[in-house]
Formats: sequence, C-alpha cells, structure tokens
Amino acid sequence: MNILIFAENNQGKPNKTAKELASYARALAGDGGSVTALGFGLQSPEDLYAYGVDKVLNVDDARFGTFNAMAYALALQQAAEKTGAGVVLTGQSADGQYVGPLLGGLLGAAYVTQVVSLPESTEPMVLKRKSFSNKAIATVKIDTDKAVLNLAKNSYGLHENPVDGSTESFAPQVDDAVFDDIRSVRVEKATGKVPLSDAEIIVSAGRGLKGPENWGMIEELADVLGAATACSKPVADMGWRPHTEHVGQTGKQVAPNLYIAIGISGAIQHLAGVNSSKHILVINIDPEAPFFKAADYGVVGDAFEVVPKFIEKLKAFKAEH
Amino acid sequence: MLSVVPDTTSKINFTDDNTRFDKTGIQYVMNPHDEFGLTKAMQIKESTGAELHVVHVGPQAFEPVMRKVLAIGADKAFRIDMEPGDSYTTAVQLANFLKDKDYDLIIAGKESLDYNGNAVHGLVAAMTGLRFVNAVMGLDFEGDKVKVTREIEGGKEILETRLPLLIGGQKGLVKEEELRIPNMRGIMMARKKPLEVIPPVEATQAVEFLRYEKPPAKSAVKLVDKDNLDELIDLLHNEAKVI
Ligand SMILES: Cc1cc2nc3c(=O)[nH]c(=O)nc-3n(C[C@H](O)[C@H](O)[C@H](O)COP(=O)(O)OP(=O)(O)OC[C@H]3O[C@@H](n4cnc5c(N)ncnc54)[C@H](O)[C@@H]3O)c2cc1C
Ligand SMILES: Nc1ncnc2c1ncn2[C@@H]1O[C@H](COP(=O)(O)O)[C@@H](O)[C@H]1O
Repeated sequence: MNILIFAENNQGKPNKTAKELASYARALAGDGGSVTALGFGLQSPEDLYAYGVDKVLNVDDARFGTFNAMAYALALQQAAEKTGAGVVLTGQSADGQYVGPLLGGLLGAAYVTQVVSLPESTEPMVLKRKSFSNKAIATVKIDTDKAVLNLAKNSYGLHENPVDGSTESFAPQVDDAVFDDIRSVRVEKATGKVPLSDAEIIVSAGRGLKGPENWGMIEELADVLGAATACSKPVADMGWRPHTEHVGQTGKQVAPNLYIAIGISGAIQHLAGVNSSKHILVINIDPEAPFFKAADYGVVGDAFEVVPKFIEKLKAFKAEH
Repeated sequence: MLSVVPDTTSKINFTDDNTRFDKTGIQYVMNPHDEFGLTKAMQIKESTGAELHVVHVGPQAFEPVMRKVLAIGADKAFRIDMEPGDSYTTAVQLANFLKDKDYDLIIAGKESLDYNGNAVHGLVAAMTGLRFVNAVMGLDFEGDKVKVTREIEGGKEILETRLPLLIGGQKGLVKEEELRIPNMRGIMMARKKPLEVIPPVEATQAVEFLRYEKPPAKSAVKLVDKDNLDELIDLLHNEAKVI
C-alpha cells in the first residue's frame, strides 16, 4: 500500500507528530508499499528516513511558508495523486485536524479521526478509534477506496525503521486566490515554555490550589521535570490560568507519558481529556477524591506540604542522574 | 449547525453484543462546543439584527433540544430527518441544505463530544467550497473584514478573512458566564417558531461502526505515604520509567 503523510515541522525539523505518523505509515505500508512525506520548508528531511519514509516531497514555494489549510489540503491532494497513495495520514494537532477533513472532502475519501491502532484488516480497512471522549474504543470499517486517517497523539509511538530515503522538491499548483482568502495576521505563542501538545510530562493543578498566587510551586515542579503546565476547567474559567491550559472533555485532550494532577478532584469531564496518559500521579488531600480511581500512583496529602518536598527530592534525584 | 450529544456525565454502555450505543437513561444535550457558537450567534443577532437559523441532522427524539435553541432566541430551526450514521453522510445532508441558502456566517463546533469526529464541519467546507477556519476561539468584525482567532499548538493565530465563512467554534468564542439558558418568555415564544422537517438526500456511509469496547480497566492505584516521597521517585524512575 502507498501512503502519504502530512509531515509538520518545527523550525524546519520534522516534529514528533510527523515521526509518529511515519512510524505508523511504515508499518501499514508493509514491504511492498511506499511511504511518502509531504513537508513544507523541511530543512532536515533525512530525520524522517530514520522512521521509514522512502521519499520526502518538499515544498519550498514561499507562499506555503505560513500554514494555510486549504492551500495545504490542495497540496496534499496533489501529492496523493502523484504518489498513488490510498491512505493519507494527518496528526492530532491544530493544523492536522484543520487540514484533515478538507483533504477527506477533496479526495472523496473517508475521514477517520482518533485512530489508535493499525488496521486489523486492509481490504476492507478495519481499525480502532477512540469514541465517547475516551470512554470507549470503536472498531470501524472504511467503505471508500481511499482514506484520510487522523492518528491520535501518542497512540502508536515512535518506532525507528531506517530506510534509504530521498528528497525531491515539489511544486503544488495552487492559485494565489486561495492564499488571499484567509490570511494569517500574526501568531501569539507563550515562549520558553514546553507546549502542552508536545509534553512528555504534564503538571496540572486544580481548584485545590486556592488561588493563582499559589502557582509558583506548580511552575517550579514543571521546570524541574521539563514538563508543561495545565489546569482544570474552573481554574481557567476563573482566570487563574490561561484558557490554553484547560484540559478535559471541553478543553485540550492530552496523552503524555506522565500526567500529574494536583488538587484536582477527577470529575468525569476532566478525566475524559487526560485518561489516555500512560501514567497518572494524583496528589490530593482527600483520600476519597475520584481521581485516585483513575490513577497509577497517588499521594494523599496537602499539596502545599507535598509539592515543595517533592520538588526538593526531585532536584536531588536530578542532580544524581 | 448543531449536534446533539449525551450529557457529559453519562455512563457509556453498549447493547446488541456491543454493536450499538445504549441510549437507555441517557440525557441528550446541545454539544458543548456548539453552545459557545450559539451564544456568539445570539450576540451577533442582537448587535446587527441578523436572522439566526439552526440546522440539525437527527431523529425526532432530539426536537426538545431544538426547541431549547429556539427558546434561547434562534428564529427558525431545520431538522433533517435522519439518524446520523457517520460524518460523511451527515456532511452530505448539511452541504445539500446549504446549497440554495445564502448565509453570511455558518457556525459549527470543532467537535461533537460523542463520536469525537472533528470532521463534519470541515467536510461540509470541502463539499461547499466555503471559506473555513477550525478551532475558533475569537471572532470580530472590522468593516467587511473578519478577524478570526484560532487555537494552535501552544498559542493562537489571528487570521483575516471575509464573509461568507464557516467556522468550527469552541470555548473562548464567548465567556463561560455569557452562555444562555431559556427564560419563560423565550419558551413560550419558541412554541410558535417554525421547526421545519426536511427529508434526507440519498448518501452512502463512508465509515461503519462495527463494535465497541471499553478501554482496559486501570489496576488499583499505588498509594505512597506523603512522608516517603523517595519511594514515589523510585516508582516513577524504575517502574514507570518516566523520570
Ligand atoms: C459540560 C461540562 C464540561 C466540562 N468540561 C471540563 C473539562 O474539560 N475539564 C475540566 O477540568 N472540568 C470540566 N468540567 C467541570 C468538572 O465537572 C469539574 O467541575 C472540574 O473538573 C472540577 O475542577 P477541580 O478538580 O479543579 O475542582 P474541585 O472539584 O473543586 O476539586 C478540588 C480538589 O482539590 C482537592 N484539594 C483541596 N485542597 C487541597 C490541598 N490543600 N491539597 C491537595 N488537594 C486539595 C480537593 O480534595 C478536591 O478534590 C465540565 C463540566 C461540565 C458540566
Ligand atoms: N448531526 C448533526 N447535525 C448538525 N450539525 C452537526 C451534526 N453533527 C455534527 N455537526 C456539526 O459539526 C461539528 C463537528 O462535529 P463532529 O464532526 O461530529 O465532531 C459539530 O460541532 C456540529 O456543529
């Protein structure tokens, strides 16, 4: 099977999502199939060969320098036609989720999101996806010839699989009008912090922290761990923390290696956004807090006492390791 | 474009040998992301005098939710009479509905909180050729320009476009406390407002849901004494291998 992936990058380097898509694509393509990555201004396409990408199509047309969903969808459509790809993979990122359905519509392909497994059969294609906010996993059958899949973050993982890859430049035919239709004016990003979406570890806190002035220790803990910070919904609603940190069913869905929940009760809507995390550590003063039922590790105690001690111990540990 | 979903506290179960979602005891509500969009639409209606319509693809059983939307203030509701089977067939109905209309602004949510498709609105955009922005957390009008703020990884992006426009809205579009509930007068008025039922057009599903399973249960939590955090660090390092 021939597969195309939408390879997003970070300052020219393929990001983790791109590598996870490549890993999945390699396994799906099998020995006879090819894996092509379409990238925009990639500076180190060879990073993708390590994950099994045979060919990188690199767009260096300056108009594509800034993300534009329709222009990118058209470019992906043209790349899919050129490579005869039956499956196109997009990632569970802001841009991937924006381009994905547009591409599905353009290709007349089924668009399946929240994909968590390789297909159990390929003709017809049958695979698993998360549903009901992680409360269930559905097995679905795809009835169209082509499919656009959106892979759930951290569901397949990174698998190195080096191949002899090559890169060629690719010039999609897209009218200027498409770029003019929707123009990017500016981007506002919190700098110097680990973005929630890429974080291996997330330190999250809730109403148990009592007020925004108490977030110093949360940020310090995150610093020590190289983690991103997050919060429960009421914390964002009260303006203690920015809305971009709100995780849960109506906020961001995250799936880090370790999710640390401090002073969060573990309401069903909160859990729905975090229970795909590989490991969960809960620190809560109330032994009856529902979060402990969803946790791997727990400490019953006052956050104001436990967190500073935990930071000290971690610093000592980090100094040794 | 309104999607109707199980209340977020619902216990999710399946029947018929795990092939169907069990609706027993489920309370259906407006999709939370769509609720932000509806509120934004109400604000625009109030400041510009615009006419506000709502369209839903779904069975008659969900009409109470549509009446609620009318009670909150929408002028007219359309229900395309079909049990949605997948994102594709739902999008076909909505794209067909939009074909002979000329709405300036079409507000969807970024995702329905049942099947978490994150798909219908984008598919409709591709099918209709409408300008489309996803994950919208802000919308402002400046003359004939529209400034749209969308959420991106680690921040936001401000885009400039124009009407007509289709958006996938989310939290941020309006403040939490601006969300509305119907009042008595609205409920009375809603009874007289039109709720038009439209037959669906022919469409074949692109995706079929074969069966469901629950995620594997977590094993019991390992509790660590608050005075023995070395043990916690040991577990995180040696067992979980996360630090
Ligand atoms: C439609 C809908 C959607 C929702 N979506 C989301 C969502 O996406 N994300 C989300 O988070 N919520 C969501 N909610 C809200 C959710 O139901 C809960 O209200 C919310 O998660 C509670 O936040 P919390 O745990 O921070 O606060 P609380 O429930 O007040 O819990 C505070 C916790 O802190 C503990 N605590 C107190 N003092 C200390 C201390 N000194 N040390 C340690 N622990 C302490 C308490 O024991 C308690 O467990 C949604 C609700 C609805 C109705
Ligand atoms: N049955 C439906 N009727 C009307 N609009 C829908 C329907 N399903 C989804 N939508 C719209 O599409 C958005 C994304 O839904 P989904 O693709 O199901 O996650 C929703 O927030 C709605 O605005």
